[in-house]
Amino acid sequence: MNRKRLRRWKSNLMVGLMIAAVVVAVAPLLFILLNLVVKGAGSLSFGFFTRMPVPAGETGGGVAHAIVGTLIMVGMAALVGVPLGIGAGLFSAEFPGTRLAKASRFLADVMNGTPSIVVGVFAWTLIVARTKQFSALAGSAALAMLMIPMVMRTTEELIKLVPHSLREAALALGYPRWRTTVSIVLRTALPGIVTGSLLAVARVAGETAPLLFTALGSQFFSLSVNEPMAALPLTVFQYATGPYEEWHQFAWAAALVLIIVVMVLSLAARLATRGRFTRHG
Amino acid sequence: MAEPPPRLATVHLTAVYGKFTAVKDVSLGFRANTVNALIGPSGCGKSTFLRTLNRMHELSDGGWITGKVLLDGEDIYGSRVSPMQLRRRIGMVFQKPTPFPTMSIYDNVAAGLRLNGRRPRGELDEIVERSLRDAALWEEVKDRLQASALALSGGQQQRLCIARSIAPRPQVVLLDEPTASLDPGGTQRIEELVFELKKDYTIVIVTHNMQQAARVSDTTSFFYMGAMIESGPTRQIFTAPREERTEAYITGRFG
Repeated sequence: MNRKRLRRWKSNLMVGLMIAAVVVAVAPLLFILLNLVVKGAGSLSFGFFTRMPVPAGETGGGVAHAIVGTLIMVGMAALVGVPLGIGAGLFSAEFPGTRLAKASRFLADVMNGTPSIVVGVFAWTLIVARTKQFSALAGSAALAMLMIPMVMRTTEELIKLVPHSLREAALALGYPRWRTTVSIVLRTALPGIVTGSLLAVARVAGETAPLLFTALGSQFFSLSVNEPMAALPLTVFQYATGPYEEWHQFAWAAALVLIIVVMVLSLAARLATRGRFTRHG
Repeated sequence: MAEPPPRLATVHLTAVYGKFTAVKDVSLGFRANTVNALIGPSGCGKSTFLRTLNRMHELSDGGWITGKVLLDGEDIYGSRVSPMQLRRRIGMVFQKPTPFPTMSIYDNVAAGLRLNGRRPRGELDEIVERSLRDAALWEEVKDRLQASALALSGGQQQRLCIARSIAPRPQVVLLDEPTASLDPGGTQRIEELVFELKKDYTIVIVTHNMQQAARVSDTTSFFYMGAMIESGPTRQIFTAPREERTEAYITGRFG
Protein backbone atom coordinates (compact mmCIF):
# COMPACT_ATOMS: atom_id res chain seq x y z
CA MET A 1 0.00 0.00 0.00
CA ASN A 2 2.80 2.30 1.01
CA ARG A 3 4.73 1.47 -2.12
CA LYS A 4 1.77 2.22 -4.26
CA ARG A 5 1.46 5.61 -2.67
CA LEU A 6 5.14 6.33 -3.18
CA ARG A 7 4.86 5.37 -6.83
CA ARG A 8 1.89 7.58 -7.33
CA TRP A 9 3.66 10.44 -5.58
CA LYS A 10 6.70 10.04 -7.84
CA SER A 11 4.51 9.91 -10.88
CA ASN A 12 2.71 13.09 -9.89
CA LEU A 13 6.01 14.81 -9.21
CA MET A 14 7.40 13.95 -12.64
CA VAL A 15 4.23 14.92 -14.49
CA GLY A 16 4.20 18.14 -12.49
CA LEU A 17 7.77 18.92 -13.53
CA MET A 18 6.95 18.28 -17.17
CA ILE A 19 3.92 20.56 -17.01
CA ALA A 20 6.12 23.23 -15.43
CA ALA A 21 8.60 22.86 -18.28
CA VAL A 22 5.82 23.28 -20.84
CA VAL A 23 4.55 26.40 -19.08
CA VAL A 24 8.03 27.91 -18.94
CA ALA A 25 8.57 27.08 -22.61
CA VAL A 26 5.28 28.52 -23.82
CA ALA A 27 5.01 31.51 -21.50
CA PRO A 28 7.44 33.80 -23.37
CA LEU A 29 5.67 33.11 -26.62
CA LEU A 30 2.27 33.91 -25.15
CA PHE A 31 3.71 36.98 -23.47
CA ILE A 32 5.16 38.24 -26.75
CA LEU A 33 1.88 37.70 -28.56
CA LEU A 34 -0.11 39.36 -25.83
CA ASN A 35 2.28 42.29 -25.65
CA LEU A 36 2.17 42.76 -29.41
CA VAL A 37 -1.60 42.70 -29.49
CA VAL A 38 -1.89 45.12 -26.58
CA LYS A 39 0.63 47.62 -27.93
CA GLY A 40 0.18 47.12 -31.64
CA ALA A 41 -3.50 46.45 -32.21
CA GLY A 42 -4.38 50.05 -31.35
CA SER A 43 -2.51 51.37 -34.37
CA LEU A 44 -3.84 48.72 -36.71
CA SER A 45 -6.45 49.78 -39.17
CA PHE A 46 -7.34 49.00 -42.75
CA GLY A 47 -5.18 51.93 -43.79
CA PHE A 48 -2.18 50.42 -42.06
CA PHE A 49 -2.11 47.71 -44.72
CA THR A 50 -2.87 49.92 -47.70
CA ARG A 51 -1.17 53.26 -47.04
CA MET A 52 2.35 54.60 -47.03
CA PRO A 53 4.16 55.96 -44.00
CA VAL A 54 3.63 59.63 -43.14
CA PRO A 55 6.29 62.08 -41.94
CA ALA A 56 7.17 62.13 -38.25
CA GLY A 57 4.73 64.17 -36.21
CA GLU A 58 1.71 63.21 -38.27
CA THR A 59 -0.47 60.29 -37.23
CA GLY A 60 -1.90 57.56 -39.45
CA GLY A 61 -0.10 56.11 -42.40
CA GLY A 62 0.70 52.47 -43.10
CA VAL A 63 3.30 49.93 -44.11
CA ALA A 64 1.99 48.92 -47.54
CA HIS A 65 5.48 49.38 -48.99
CA ALA A 66 7.01 47.01 -46.43
CA ILE A 67 4.32 44.35 -46.82
CA VAL A 68 4.77 44.38 -50.60
CA GLY A 69 8.56 44.44 -50.17
CA THR A 70 8.51 41.41 -47.89
CA LEU A 71 6.22 39.53 -50.27
CA ILE A 72 8.43 40.32 -53.27
CA MET A 73 11.73 39.45 -51.62
CA VAL A 74 10.51 36.36 -49.79
CA GLY A 75 8.67 35.27 -52.94
CA MET A 76 11.76 35.57 -55.12
CA ALA A 77 13.86 33.83 -52.47
CA ALA A 78 11.35 30.96 -52.32
CA LEU A 79 11.20 30.68 -56.10
CA VAL A 80 14.95 30.03 -56.16
CA GLY A 81 15.49 28.46 -52.74
CA VAL A 82 12.71 25.86 -52.63
CA PRO A 83 13.48 24.07 -55.93
CA LEU A 84 17.22 24.21 -55.33
CA GLY A 85 16.80 22.96 -51.77
CA ILE A 86 14.50 20.12 -52.82
CA GLY A 87 16.85 19.15 -55.65
CA ALA A 88 19.88 19.10 -53.38
CA GLY A 89 17.99 17.19 -50.69
CA LEU A 90 16.77 14.67 -53.24
CA PHE A 91 20.31 14.12 -54.46
CA SER A 92 21.80 13.51 -51.04
CA ALA A 93 18.94 11.20 -50.08
CA GLU A 94 19.19 9.19 -53.31
CA PHE A 95 23.00 8.99 -53.35
CA PRO A 96 23.74 9.16 -49.62
CA GLY A 97 27.18 7.60 -49.74
CA THR A 98 28.72 9.87 -52.36
CA ARG A 99 31.34 12.42 -51.39
CA LEU A 100 29.24 15.23 -52.83
CA ALA A 101 26.26 14.22 -50.67
CA LYS A 102 28.36 13.96 -47.53
CA ALA A 103 30.04 17.31 -48.16
CA SER A 104 26.81 19.13 -48.97
CA ARG A 105 25.08 17.63 -45.94
CA PHE A 106 27.89 18.86 -43.71
CA LEU A 107 27.92 22.30 -45.30
CA ALA A 108 24.14 22.60 -45.04
CA ASP A 109 24.32 21.81 -41.34
CA VAL A 110 27.00 24.44 -40.89
CA MET A 111 24.93 26.92 -42.86
CA ASN A 112 21.86 26.20 -40.75
CA GLY A 113 23.88 27.11 -37.69
CA THR A 114 25.44 30.22 -39.21
CA PRO A 115 24.11 33.53 -37.86
CA SER A 116 22.01 35.12 -40.55
CA ILE A 117 23.93 38.38 -40.37
CA VAL A 118 26.94 36.55 -41.77
CA VAL A 119 24.86 35.58 -44.77
CA GLY A 120 23.85 39.22 -45.08
CA VAL A 121 27.47 40.34 -45.11
CA PHE A 122 28.27 37.68 -47.68
CA ALA A 123 25.45 38.80 -49.95
CA TRP A 124 26.72 42.35 -49.52
CA THR A 125 30.22 41.47 -50.77
CA LEU A 126 28.80 39.29 -53.52
CA ILE A 127 26.20 41.66 -54.93
CA VAL A 128 25.97 45.06 -53.25
CA ALA A 129 29.71 45.78 -53.30
CA ARG A 130 29.94 44.87 -56.97
CA THR A 131 26.85 46.59 -58.25
CA LYS A 132 27.50 49.54 -55.89
CA GLN A 133 23.80 49.50 -55.17
CA PHE A 134 21.65 48.21 -52.32
CA SER A 135 18.87 46.19 -53.90
CA ALA A 136 15.93 43.91 -53.29
CA LEU A 137 17.72 41.40 -55.47
CA ALA A 138 20.61 41.24 -53.00
CA GLY A 139 18.10 40.86 -50.17
CA SER A 140 16.39 37.98 -51.95
CA ALA A 141 19.74 36.33 -52.61
CA ALA A 142 20.57 36.48 -48.91
CA LEU A 143 17.18 35.01 -47.97
CA ALA A 144 17.51 32.28 -50.60
CA MET A 145 20.93 31.36 -49.22
CA LEU A 146 19.31 30.92 -45.83
CA MET A 147 16.46 28.84 -47.21
CA ILE A 148 18.39 26.40 -49.34
CA PRO A 149 20.10 24.47 -46.54
CA MET A 150 16.91 24.38 -44.49
CA VAL A 151 14.83 23.01 -47.34
CA MET A 152 17.60 20.65 -48.38
CA ARG A 153 17.95 19.00 -44.97
CA THR A 154 14.18 18.72 -44.44
CA THR A 155 13.75 17.17 -47.87
CA GLU A 156 16.55 14.72 -47.27
CA GLU A 157 15.25 13.61 -43.88
CA LEU A 158 11.70 13.22 -45.18
CA ILE A 159 12.80 11.20 -48.19
CA LYS A 160 14.79 8.95 -45.90
CA LEU A 161 11.55 8.29 -44.00
CA VAL A 162 9.93 6.75 -47.09
CA PRO A 163 10.20 2.99 -46.51
CA HIS A 164 12.73 1.22 -48.69
CA SER A 165 10.11 -1.46 -49.35
CA LEU A 166 8.03 1.09 -51.28
CA ARG A 167 10.93 1.84 -53.60
CA GLU A 168 11.49 -1.90 -54.13
CA ALA A 169 7.82 -2.45 -54.85
CA ALA A 170 7.93 0.17 -57.60
CA LEU A 171 11.15 -1.18 -59.10
CA ALA A 172 9.74 -4.72 -59.02
CA LEU A 173 6.74 -3.48 -61.01
CA GLY A 174 9.12 -2.36 -63.73
CA TYR A 175 9.38 1.33 -62.80
CA PRO A 176 12.59 2.96 -64.05
CA ARG A 177 14.63 4.46 -61.25
CA TRP A 178 13.85 8.10 -62.08
CA ARG A 179 10.17 7.35 -62.13
CA THR A 180 10.38 5.48 -58.84
CA THR A 181 12.09 8.50 -57.32
CA VAL A 182 9.67 11.06 -58.71
CA SER A 183 6.26 9.43 -58.63
CA ILE A 184 6.66 7.14 -55.64
CA VAL A 185 9.38 8.40 -53.28
CA LEU A 186 9.09 12.16 -53.79
CA ARG A 187 5.32 11.94 -54.08
CA THR A 188 5.05 10.09 -50.78
CA ALA A 189 7.29 12.60 -49.00
CA LEU A 190 5.68 15.63 -50.66
CA PRO A 191 3.29 16.78 -47.92
CA GLY A 192 6.17 16.91 -45.46
CA ILE A 193 8.39 18.69 -47.95
CA VAL A 194 5.68 21.30 -48.54
CA THR A 195 5.42 21.83 -44.79
CA GLY A 196 9.17 22.13 -44.43
CA SER A 197 9.39 24.59 -47.29
CA LEU A 198 6.59 26.76 -45.92
CA LEU A 199 8.26 26.80 -42.51
CA ALA A 200 11.53 27.85 -44.15
CA VAL A 201 9.66 30.62 -45.98
CA ALA A 202 8.06 31.72 -42.70
CA ARG A 203 11.44 31.79 -41.00
CA VAL A 204 13.18 33.94 -43.59
CA ALA A 205 10.15 36.24 -43.76
CA GLY A 206 11.03 37.33 -40.25
CA GLU A 207 14.76 37.79 -40.87
CA THR A 208 16.14 41.27 -40.36
CA ALA A 209 19.91 40.92 -40.29
CA PRO A 210 20.43 39.57 -43.84
CA LEU A 211 18.40 42.48 -45.23
CA LEU A 212 20.25 45.24 -43.37
CA PHE A 213 23.19 45.32 -45.77
CA THR A 214 21.33 44.18 -48.84
CA ALA A 215 17.79 45.50 -49.33
CA LEU A 216 18.58 48.27 -46.86
CA GLY A 217 14.97 49.30 -46.42
CA SER A 218 13.15 52.24 -47.89
CA GLN A 219 10.50 54.81 -47.12
CA PHE A 220 9.03 54.51 -50.55
CA PHE A 221 6.89 52.10 -52.43
CA SER A 222 9.03 50.25 -54.94
CA LEU A 223 8.60 47.31 -57.28
CA SER A 224 12.07 47.57 -58.74
CA VAL A 225 14.35 44.76 -57.65
CA ASN A 226 17.45 46.78 -58.49
CA GLU A 227 16.75 49.39 -55.85
CA PRO A 228 16.53 49.37 -52.07
CA MET A 229 13.25 47.95 -50.87
CA ALA A 230 11.34 48.03 -47.62
CA ALA A 231 10.54 44.89 -45.65
CA LEU A 232 8.47 44.38 -42.52
CA PRO A 233 11.34 43.37 -40.22
CA LEU A 234 13.41 46.35 -41.42
CA THR A 235 10.51 48.69 -40.84
CA VAL A 236 10.11 47.36 -37.31
CA PHE A 237 13.82 47.88 -36.73
CA GLN A 238 13.90 51.40 -38.15
CA TYR A 239 10.81 52.64 -36.37
CA ALA A 240 11.58 50.96 -33.06
CA THR A 241 15.02 52.58 -32.91
CA GLY A 242 13.68 55.99 -33.94
CA PRO A 243 13.23 58.91 -31.57
CA TYR A 244 9.47 59.52 -31.83
CA GLU A 245 6.71 57.94 -29.77
CA GLU A 246 4.44 57.59 -32.84
CA TRP A 247 7.21 55.67 -34.54
CA HIS A 248 7.33 53.24 -31.65
CA GLN A 249 3.59 52.72 -31.92
CA PHE A 250 4.10 52.11 -35.59
CA ALA A 251 6.85 49.56 -34.91
CA TRP A 252 4.58 47.60 -32.56
CA ALA A 253 1.86 47.47 -35.15
CA ALA A 254 4.32 46.42 -37.89
CA ALA A 255 5.69 43.71 -35.61
CA LEU A 256 2.17 42.44 -35.07
CA VAL A 257 1.60 42.30 -38.83
CA LEU A 258 4.88 40.45 -39.28
CA ILE A 259 3.98 37.86 -36.69
CA ILE A 260 0.54 37.44 -38.26
CA VAL A 261 2.18 36.81 -41.65
CA VAL A 262 4.49 34.20 -40.13
CA MET A 263 1.64 32.57 -38.24
CA VAL A 264 -0.51 32.38 -41.36
CA LEU A 265 2.37 30.69 -43.20
CA SER A 266 2.88 28.20 -40.36
CA LEU A 267 -0.84 27.52 -40.28
CA ALA A 268 -0.83 26.95 -44.02
CA ALA A 269 2.02 24.50 -43.51
CA ARG A 270 -0.12 22.59 -41.03
CA LEU A 271 -3.17 22.62 -43.24
CA ALA A 272 -1.12 21.40 -46.21
CA THR A 273 -0.36 18.18 -44.38
CA ARG A 274 -3.64 17.78 -42.60
CA GLY A 275 -5.18 14.37 -42.96
CA ARG A 276 -1.94 12.89 -44.27
CA PHE A 277 0.28 10.55 -42.31
CA THR A 278 -2.55 10.05 -39.91
CA ARG A 279 -3.65 6.71 -41.24
CA HIS A 280 -1.05 4.11 -40.57
CA GLY A 281 -0.25 1.39 -43.07
CA MET B 1 7.35 -39.24 -71.35
CA ALA B 2 9.55 -36.23 -71.91
CA GLU B 3 9.28 -33.42 -69.39
CA PRO B 4 8.12 -30.10 -70.85
CA PRO B 5 10.82 -27.46 -70.76
CA PRO B 6 10.63 -25.22 -67.71
CA ARG B 7 9.16 -21.72 -67.95
CA LEU B 8 11.85 -20.37 -65.65
CA ALA B 9 15.18 -22.01 -64.94
CA THR B 10 18.50 -21.21 -63.35
CA VAL B 11 21.77 -22.69 -64.55
CA HIS B 12 24.70 -22.76 -62.13
CA LEU B 13 23.42 -19.60 -60.54
CA THR B 14 25.66 -17.99 -57.92
CA ALA B 15 24.64 -14.74 -56.23
CA VAL B 16 27.05 -12.53 -54.35
CA TYR B 17 26.81 -9.49 -52.08
CA GLY B 18 30.23 -7.85 -52.22
CA LYS B 19 32.42 -10.67 -50.90
CA PHE B 20 29.63 -12.73 -49.38
CA THR B 21 28.25 -15.55 -51.50
CA ALA B 22 24.57 -15.87 -50.65
CA VAL B 23 23.59 -18.44 -53.28
CA LYS B 24 25.97 -21.11 -54.51
CA ASP B 25 25.70 -22.81 -57.87
CA VAL B 26 21.97 -23.47 -57.97
CA SER B 27 20.35 -25.09 -61.00
CA LEU B 28 16.59 -25.31 -60.75
CA GLY B 29 13.65 -25.35 -63.14
CA PHE B 30 10.07 -24.21 -62.61
CA ARG B 31 7.43 -25.50 -65.02
CA ALA B 32 4.58 -23.35 -66.24
CA ASN B 33 1.42 -23.28 -64.10
CA THR B 34 3.00 -24.77 -61.03
CA VAL B 35 3.54 -23.46 -57.53
CA ASN B 36 7.12 -23.87 -56.40
CA ALA B 37 8.09 -23.43 -52.76
CA LEU B 38 11.55 -22.47 -51.56
CA ILE B 39 12.14 -23.43 -47.93
CA GLY B 40 15.07 -23.30 -45.56
CA PRO B 41 16.26 -21.57 -42.39
CA SER B 42 16.81 -17.81 -42.19
CA GLY B 43 19.85 -16.69 -44.14
CA CYS B 44 19.90 -19.80 -46.33
CA GLY B 45 19.79 -17.75 -49.52
CA LYS B 46 16.24 -18.53 -50.63
CA SER B 47 15.15 -14.88 -50.69
CA THR B 48 18.31 -13.82 -52.51
CA PHE B 49 17.72 -16.60 -55.02
CA LEU B 50 14.18 -15.31 -55.55
CA ARG B 51 15.49 -11.79 -56.10
CA THR B 52 17.88 -12.95 -58.81
CA LEU B 53 14.87 -14.20 -60.78
CA ASN B 54 13.61 -10.68 -61.57
CA ARG B 55 16.98 -8.94 -61.34
CA MET B 56 16.14 -7.18 -58.08
CA HIS B 57 19.26 -8.66 -56.50
CA GLU B 58 21.57 -6.53 -58.62
CA LEU B 59 20.04 -3.40 -57.08
CA SER B 60 21.48 -4.30 -53.67
CA ASP B 61 24.89 -2.93 -52.71
CA GLY B 62 27.55 -5.09 -54.30
CA GLY B 63 24.98 -7.49 -55.70
CA TRP B 64 25.98 -9.50 -58.76
CA ILE B 65 25.57 -13.00 -60.14
CA THR B 66 27.25 -15.60 -62.27
CA GLY B 67 25.40 -18.31 -64.16
CA LYS B 68 22.18 -17.95 -66.05
CA VAL B 69 18.49 -17.41 -65.45
CA LEU B 70 16.35 -18.51 -68.38
CA LEU B 71 12.80 -17.33 -68.98
CA ASP B 72 11.34 -19.47 -71.75
CA GLY B 73 14.89 -20.29 -72.74
CA GLU B 74 16.08 -16.68 -72.97
CA ASP B 75 18.79 -15.49 -70.58
CA ILE B 76 17.28 -12.61 -68.60
CA TYR B 77 20.75 -11.33 -67.83
CA GLY B 78 21.51 -11.03 -71.54
CA SER B 79 22.83 -7.66 -72.62
CA ARG B 80 19.75 -6.93 -74.72
CA VAL B 81 17.29 -7.49 -71.90
CA SER B 82 16.02 -4.40 -70.10
CA PRO B 83 15.54 -5.11 -66.39
CA MET B 84 12.55 -2.77 -66.37
CA GLN B 85 10.85 -4.65 -69.21
CA LEU B 86 11.76 -7.96 -67.59
CA ARG B 87 10.16 -7.00 -64.28
CA ARG B 88 6.89 -6.41 -66.12
CA ARG B 89 7.05 -10.08 -67.17
CA ILE B 90 8.04 -11.36 -63.73
CA GLY B 91 5.97 -9.84 -60.96
CA MET B 92 6.92 -9.79 -57.29
CA VAL B 93 5.09 -9.51 -53.97
CA PHE B 94 6.95 -8.81 -50.75
CA GLN B 95 6.81 -9.89 -47.16
CA LYS B 96 5.15 -6.71 -45.93
CA PRO B 97 2.27 -5.27 -47.97
CA THR B 98 3.58 -2.32 -49.98
CA PRO B 99 0.62 -0.42 -51.43
CA PHE B 100 1.61 3.01 -52.74
CA PRO B 101 0.28 5.25 -49.96
CA THR B 102 -0.50 8.26 -52.13
CA MET B 103 -2.57 6.28 -54.62
CA SER B 104 -6.13 5.02 -54.55
CA ILE B 105 -6.95 1.33 -54.71
CA TYR B 106 -7.66 1.70 -58.43
CA ASP B 107 -4.42 3.58 -59.14
CA ASN B 108 -2.39 1.02 -57.24
CA VAL B 109 -3.64 -1.76 -59.47
CA ALA B 110 -3.21 0.39 -62.58
CA ALA B 111 0.30 1.56 -61.60
CA GLY B 112 2.18 -1.11 -63.53
CA LEU B 113 -0.10 -0.83 -66.56
CA ARG B 114 0.41 2.88 -66.90
CA LEU B 115 4.12 2.30 -67.38
CA ASN B 116 3.40 0.87 -70.80
CA GLY B 117 1.80 4.02 -72.10
CA ARG B 118 -1.74 5.32 -72.07
CA ARG B 119 -4.64 2.99 -72.48
CA PRO B 120 -8.29 3.77 -73.08
CA ARG B 121 -10.14 4.23 -69.81
CA GLY B 122 -12.50 1.34 -70.51
CA GLU B 123 -9.67 -1.07 -71.10
CA LEU B 124 -7.94 0.04 -67.91
CA ASP B 125 -11.17 -0.38 -65.93
CA GLU B 126 -11.51 -3.87 -67.30
CA ILE B 127 -7.98 -4.92 -66.39
CA VAL B 128 -8.25 -3.42 -62.91
CA GLU B 129 -11.49 -5.29 -62.27
CA ARG B 130 -10.11 -8.55 -63.63
CA SER B 131 -6.93 -8.23 -61.54
CA LEU B 132 -8.87 -7.47 -58.38
CA ARG B 133 -11.20 -10.40 -59.07
CA ASP B 134 -8.24 -12.69 -59.65
CA ALA B 135 -6.76 -11.48 -56.37
CA ALA B 136 -10.08 -12.23 -54.60
CA LEU B 137 -10.43 -8.61 -53.53
CA TRP B 138 -13.02 -7.24 -55.97
CA GLU B 139 -16.11 -7.89 -53.85
CA GLU B 140 -14.57 -6.10 -50.88
CA VAL B 141 -13.41 -2.97 -52.71
CA LYS B 142 -15.64 -2.54 -55.76
CA ASP B 143 -17.60 0.27 -54.09
CA ARG B 144 -14.55 2.25 -52.98
CA LEU B 145 -11.99 1.98 -55.75
CA GLN B 146 -11.07 5.63 -55.29
CA ALA B 147 -10.39 5.23 -51.55
CA SER B 148 -6.83 5.28 -50.26
CA ALA B 149 -5.09 1.93 -50.37
CA LEU B 150 -4.10 2.51 -46.76
CA ALA B 151 -7.74 2.19 -45.69
CA LEU B 152 -7.49 -1.57 -46.31
CA SER B 153 -6.53 -4.18 -43.72
CA GLY B 154 -3.10 -5.84 -43.89
CA GLY B 155 -4.47 -8.94 -45.60
CA GLN B 156 -6.43 -6.85 -48.09
CA GLN B 157 -3.35 -4.73 -48.77
CA GLN B 158 -1.39 -7.87 -49.56
CA ARG B 159 -4.09 -9.04 -51.98
CA LEU B 160 -4.02 -5.57 -53.50
CA CYS B 161 -0.28 -5.99 -54.04
CA ILE B 162 -0.94 -9.32 -55.72
CA ALA B 163 -3.55 -7.65 -57.94
CA ARG B 164 -1.04 -4.94 -58.77
CA SER B 165 1.65 -7.44 -59.70
CA ILE B 166 -0.64 -9.55 -61.92
CA ALA B 167 -2.33 -6.60 -63.65
CA PRO B 168 0.36 -6.36 -66.37
CA ARG B 169 -0.12 -10.11 -67.01
CA PRO B 170 3.33 -11.35 -66.07
CA GLN B 171 4.38 -14.91 -66.87
CA VAL B 172 5.83 -15.56 -63.46
CA VAL B 173 4.87 -14.27 -60.00
CA LEU B 174 7.46 -14.29 -57.23
CA LEU B 175 6.14 -14.27 -53.66
CA ASP B 176 8.62 -13.47 -50.89
CA GLU B 177 7.05 -14.76 -47.66
CA PRO B 178 3.74 -13.16 -48.62
CA THR B 179 1.95 -14.20 -45.44
CA ALA B 180 4.68 -13.49 -42.89
CA SER B 181 2.97 -10.34 -41.62
CA LEU B 182 -0.64 -11.57 -41.81
CA ASP B 183 -3.00 -13.16 -39.31
CA PRO B 184 -4.27 -16.74 -39.85
CA GLY B 185 -7.40 -15.59 -41.70
CA GLY B 186 -5.41 -13.41 -44.08
CA THR B 187 -2.86 -16.20 -44.54
CA GLN B 188 -5.53 -18.69 -45.50
CA ARG B 189 -7.02 -16.37 -48.11
CA ILE B 190 -3.61 -15.78 -49.70
CA GLU B 191 -2.93 -19.51 -49.77
CA GLU B 192 -6.23 -20.21 -51.50
CA LEU B 193 -5.41 -17.42 -53.90
CA VAL B 194 -1.98 -18.85 -54.72
CA PHE B 195 -3.66 -22.12 -55.58
CA GLU B 196 -6.07 -20.31 -57.92
CA LEU B 197 -3.37 -18.20 -59.53
CA LYS B 198 -1.40 -21.12 -60.83
CA LYS B 199 -4.00 -21.60 -63.56
CA ASP B 200 -2.62 -18.47 -65.20
CA TYR B 201 0.85 -17.99 -63.78
CA THR B 202 3.99 -19.77 -62.72
CA ILE B 203 4.57 -19.13 -59.06
CA VAL B 204 7.70 -19.24 -56.96
CA ILE B 205 7.03 -18.73 -53.26
CA VAL B 206 9.53 -18.34 -50.44
CA THR B 207 8.10 -19.42 -47.12
CA HIS B 208 9.20 -20.06 -43.57
CA ASN B 209 6.08 -22.01 -42.93
CA MET B 210 6.47 -25.65 -43.90
CA GLN B 211 2.78 -26.44 -43.59
CA GLN B 212 2.24 -23.65 -46.09
CA ALA B 213 4.75 -25.15 -48.51
CA ALA B 214 3.08 -28.53 -48.12
CA ARG B 215 -0.39 -27.07 -48.63
CA VAL B 216 0.12 -24.88 -51.67
CA SER B 217 3.09 -26.09 -53.67
CA ASP B 218 3.69 -28.64 -56.39
CA THR B 219 7.46 -28.70 -55.95
CA THR B 220 9.61 -27.84 -52.99
CA SER B 221 13.28 -26.92 -52.94
CA PHE B 222 15.24 -26.93 -49.71
CA PHE B 223 18.02 -24.35 -49.34
CA TYR B 224 20.72 -24.48 -46.71
CA MET B 225 23.75 -22.19 -46.34
CA GLY B 226 23.36 -20.85 -49.83
CA ALA B 227 23.18 -24.22 -51.51
CA MET B 228 20.13 -25.94 -52.91
CA ILE B 229 20.20 -29.24 -51.02
CA GLU B 230 17.23 -31.01 -52.50
CA SER B 231 14.38 -30.32 -54.88
CA GLY B 232 11.45 -32.42 -55.96
CA PRO B 233 7.70 -32.92 -55.88
CA THR B 234 6.38 -31.52 -52.61
CA ARG B 235 4.87 -34.82 -51.53
CA GLN B 236 8.19 -36.60 -51.96
CA ILE B 237 10.18 -33.88 -50.16
CA PHE B 238 7.85 -33.99 -47.20
CA THR B 239 7.32 -37.75 -46.98
CA ALA B 240 10.50 -39.29 -48.34
CA PRO B 241 13.34 -36.76 -48.50
CA ARG B 242 16.54 -38.18 -49.89
CA GLU B 243 18.84 -35.91 -47.94
CA GLU B 244 19.34 -36.19 -44.22
CA ARG B 245 19.51 -32.40 -43.79
CA THR B 246 16.18 -31.96 -45.56
CA GLU B 247 14.58 -34.46 -43.25
CA ALA B 248 16.15 -32.84 -40.20
CA TYR B 249 14.81 -29.43 -41.23
CA ILE B 250 11.35 -30.66 -42.14
CA THR B 251 10.95 -32.54 -38.89
CA GLY B 252 12.00 -29.44 -36.98
CA ARG B 253 15.35 -30.64 -35.67
CA PHE B 254 17.04 -27.39 -36.77
CA GLY B 255 16.28 -24.15 -38.51
